[in-house]
Amino acid sequence: MDNFTPISSGLGGMLIGLSAGLILLYNGRIAGISGIVGGLLTNRQARELLWRAAFLLGLLGGGLIASSIAPDAFAFELDRSTPALIAAGLLVGFGTRLGNGCTSGHGVCGISRLSRRSIVATAIFMSAGILTVYIINHILGGAL
Amino acid sequence: MRPALVAFIAGLLFAFGLALAGMTQPAKVVAFLDLSGDWDPSLAFVMGGAILVYMPIFRFAKRMQAAWSGQAFSLPTRNDLDPRLIAGAALFGIGWGVGGYCPGPGFTASGALSSHALTFTAALITGFVAHTLVFSRR
Repeated sequence: MDNFTPISSGLGGMLIGLSAGLILLYNGRIAGISGIVGGLLTNRQARELLWRAAFLLGLLGGGLIASSIAPDAFAFELDRSTPALIAAGLLVGFGTRLGNGCTSGHGVCGISRLSRRSIVATAIFMSAGILTVYIINHILGGAL
Repeated sequence: MRPALVAFIAGLLFAFGLALAGMTQPAKVVAFLDLSGDWDPSLAFVMGGAILVYMPIFRFAKRMQAAWSGQAFSLPTRNDLDPRLIAGAALFGIGWGVGGYCPGPGFTASGALSSHALTFTAALITGFVAHTLVFSRR
């Protein structure tokens, strides 16, 4: 537990909750990243496309600004090959759309709404992640 | 225009929150998922902090007639546990354990021009497209 950061992680979480709250109160939508961005591919209405694209632009711009202030916040530090990263992206992309949500939509918004689907989905993706990391770190030696 | 402006500000806040929380460091995410290794419980505080703020906002919003933009609320109503939900969450969890990125941090770290994140996110978008091709255009 060398890198335990309860205060910055808790404050960061509260900012995420505030952002999701803003999307709910003003736009009347759930702030699920996979749903917001994935919806850019499935929606036809200009109004839908506009707010989704604006949110994505904020996310990218926020990353750029944050990295100029604190580059260490974007350190990778895992032993992963390019094919492993590509497989990870494909699984996360397809899986979150198939399961209708990711860490934000199910894990934050869904649990807060006490949605049965989101609570089950969160338990499953957490368990699958824990099992995967166990296999990589303790059977395959930490590299993939 | 206003819903887009609010969404842009929310996107900025979301990215700052992820970066401050440590979610944009895949090694930290993997350390959270590594229960039998050098476990870092920090990310439980991310989810806890987010729910602490969002849950009362949701309870307040439930009593509103419409969103502040005047648009009607569009919220999930399903309650069934179907095979797609289960399979999708499992695939997502495996990918999360492999790459250490979920979608939000993938996009945020791509904005930060992290080469690992850009590779991951290009594949993530390909996964979105694949899902749309398989399930939405029949």
